Amino acid sequence: MTCSEFLAQLDDLIDNNVTVPVRAQLEEHLRGCEHCEVTLSTTRKTIEIYRKHEIYELPNELRERLHKAILAKCKKC
Amino acid sequence: MSTIQTQGTEEVHPDVLLVNRARAGDMEAYEKLVRQYDRQVFRIAQHITQNREDAEDVVQDAFLKAYEKLEQFQGNSKFYTWLVRIAVNESLMRLRKRRTGRMVSIDEDVETDEGSMPRDLADWGPDPEQQYGQSEMAEILRKTIQGLPPGFRVVFVLRDVEGLSTEETAESLGLSIPAVKSRLLRARLQLRERLSRYFRNRSKDGVK
Repeated sequence: MTCSEFLAQLDDLIDNNVTVPVRAQLEEHLRGCEHCEVTLSTTRKTIEIYRKHEIYELPNELRERLHKAILAKCKKC
Repeated sequence: MSTIQTQGTEEVHPDVLLVNRARAGDMEAYEKLVRQYDRQVFRIAQHITQNREDAEDVVQDAFLKAYEKLEQFQGNSKFYTWLVRIAVNESLMRLRKRRTGRMVSIDEDVETDEGSMPRDLADWGPDPEQQYGQSEMAEILRKTIQGLPPGFRVVFVLRDVEGLSTEETAESLGLSIPAVKSRLLRARLQLRERLSRYFRNRSKDGVK
């Protein structure tokens, strides 16, 4: 398996969407390729970091204000 | 010994019950739906418009529009997916208003090789986030994701941050499943490449 072929399956591997034989092939490639190993682990970490950190928070005060406005408008329609 | 029940009834998603009550005029039920999804709608709107005021307007307009169209909600997709589609459209409309004259679309495929082949191959430390404070970290993540083309950004956000499936993401954005898949891969790789600048294992390179 080449690195390009590995990369084409990267998302499915991360999302746990590969069949057992394909997974075995991918793991075989990983054992001999440090580059793909790093790409896999840091891509996983990228997703994890974006999931974990709230980068656009909705403050409570604003939230309440928006709720009031939404419900008032809905009642009118 | 417990027995496995094979005689199951089709489970109704709790949102569908709330939608039905809201359709019958129960505002409390609708408020519950608003509370459940307002943060997600706000995040998605922020990611697309990159403007706080616009995102606030999108939250209001999306929930109002969803309420007006509640009769049209079929129940064959999730309420959340349906709402996200409305929120994405509202966000794009706001974006177009601000950038008059400039085409804003999430449909066009972006021709770029960036990130299609990883270049930065340095490993990251075991806990790369530890090097940065909470607000500094948020700033790095914001700046990094803002650098992606809008069509990649929104696919990554829906799929990886908000947890929609590939099919739901495709449905929300009106894209084909292969288009979602190809954008997701490139979005993930581009973000990884860009974050490497901040998180690469420095001690290994001898850079202090």
